[in-house]
Amino acid sequence: MSNSIISLVNVSKSYKRDSFNVPVLNHLSFDVESGEFLALMGPSGSGKTTLLNLIAGIDRPSSGKIEINGVDIATLSESSLAKWRANNVGFVFQFYNLLPVLTAFENVELPLLLTKLSKADRKQRVEFALSVVGLADRMSHYPKQLSGGQEQRVAIARAIVTDPTIIVADEPTGDLDKNSAVEILTLLERLNKEMKKTIIMVTHDPNAAKIAGITKHLDKGDLV
Amino acid sequence: MKIPFSYTLRNFKQRKLTTAITITGITLVVFVFIAVLMMAYGVQKTLQATGSADNVLVSRKAATGEISSIIDGETVDVIKSLPYIAKNAEGKQLISPEPVVIINLNTISGGLSNISVRGVSDKAFELRPRLKIIEGRQINFGTRELIVGESIPKKFKDAALGKKLKIAGDFWTVVGIFSAGGSGFDSEVWGDALQLLNAFNRSTSVSTLTFKMTTGEDFPKIKAEFEKDRRLLQFVPKIEQKYFEEQSEMMATFIRVLGTAVTVIFSLGAVIGAMITMYASVANRTVEIGTLRALGFRRRSILAAFLTESLAIAIIGWAIGMLLSLLLVSYKISTLNFGSFAELEFSFSLSGSIVISSLIFAVIMGFVGGFLPSVRAARLNIVTALRAV
Repeated sequence: MSNSIISLVNVSKSYKRDSFNVPVLNHLSFDVESGEFLALMGPSGSGKTTLLNLIAGIDRPSSGKIEINGVDIATLSESSLAKWRANNVGFVFQFYNLLPVLTAFENVELPLLLTKLSKADRKQRVEFALSVVGLADRMSHYPKQLSGGQEQRVAIARAIVTDPTIIVADEPTGDLDKNSAVEILTLLERLNKEMKKTIIMVTHDPNAAKIAGITKHLDKGDLV
Repeated sequence: MKIPFSYTLRNFKQRKLTTAITITGITLVVFVFIAVLMMAYGVQKTLQATGSADNVLVSRKAATGEISSIIDGETVDVIKSLPYIAKNAEGKQLISPEPVVIINLNTISGGLSNISVRGVSDKAFELRPRLKIIEGRQINFGTRELIVGESIPKKFKDAALGKKLKIAGDFWTVVGIFSAGGSGFDSEVWGDALQLLNAFNRSTSVSTLTFKMTTGEDFPKIKAEFEKDRRLLQFVPKIEQKYFEEQSEMMATFIRVLGTAVTVIFSLGAVIGAMITMYASVANRTVEIGTLRALGFRRRSILAAFLTESLAIAIIGWAIGMLLSLLLVSYKISTLNFGSFAELEFSFSLSGSIVISSLIFAVIMGFVGGFLPSVRAARLNIVTALRAV
């Protein structure tokens, strides 16, 4: 029996630009198994980030079905989808997207504010997540007091703090120097191997794709 | 599901200048708004304090103020015969028929202004026990002497102690200055009623008549008497305090309406300022909004966070405006009272309702200024917002 956690069936996405319909993804179907590390590669405009957004539930397909852990997310209402994201998806962005006015601790705590956890439980979870990424000693630092690599590690701590079903990472090393990029990739690899996290990562970097177990290539909206 | 308030507050630090300018705009509008209401309330409070709840003031029905009222000597006698007038220890009725006239005097700052001159009998002082001579002495009845309210010498150069005032072609000496506890009497000049009637050739016709009731419960009976007696039909008795309160209405309403209209126009500027600040705030934080939404915060949480920010700006502006307006408390100004056509000194007075209405006004400014930008923030598409790096 298949252990797939993500199942895409005939997923298409197109955008309206003026009166034109611009197709971005064409009838994609594939599964991702639990604990898999999938890299999505392809040239700019191939639709990889759009595909990642659809899986993460921040965009909706024009047609087709996206089932994650048995839930057809395309059918969820706006607010149910927001709740679903809070419980099931951890985000890692290219430019980290930390809130500059919040400390590392507060940034990591943000997704937990959407849960019913007590303050003490939240604290425990945040401290654990920050220790996993090796930043337990930087909790009270603001993003501007951290290096790019450290900021991305805080973002990863934010992504894992709710123990989500999947982690989506959009070019997580795209804004980092080589050494920091290696650190981040090693961290993602550890999360996948040691903590059995399912990760889907969009990347341009072949070295980054190497650490992923599976790589899918997209071109003009088709899997190649 | 709330975005922490600390996020809102710390964002102020990110845009110190625009936030400070917006707060200043709201502060100024709130300050003007509060000052106007304090002024109107000050007029009201001063004139309310002028009367006593135990005294009845009789005036001509058609008269809008004391100077346009006239009560002839015969009517005065009829009123004196009523059984409801209190007596002093010597058994004399506490009643004071008073002619009130307006004269022009040179002000210290240059120009002319009106002051009320009230002719009184010795009973007038028993009727208004709060009135005290603070400098000089009481007038000798039967002479052309005057005492002036304490705010008069501050504004009129010829009204100082020992000076002579020209009234109806004759010179009257100022022999004393009195304090009436911040009431409207402080802006009046008092002299002997009979001397004043004589000087103005008014025979026995006074302007109004004030008497103390034996008991406050008698007022309905007094009123009934005036409605029943044909000789008194043209006159109306009013509780003195209420009479002066009504005299303040026109002026207080004028200040309030004009002032509020001006502040509402000012507030449009402040609202537009708040709106620009909030739109800028949304534009600067588009990616943050996208991130928060991606993390699972709902549209309404975003809406609430930005509205809270706008309301916080408004409330800070209100608090500063409120503190500034406290500097005005007890500050006295003098102006022409439309009710009496004479100069009236009053102080800015603060009341609970002014505090509350100014807060509501500030909150409305914050809400109106913040609403559209907050809706825009809440309606941002997540994917588009995240791309706005």
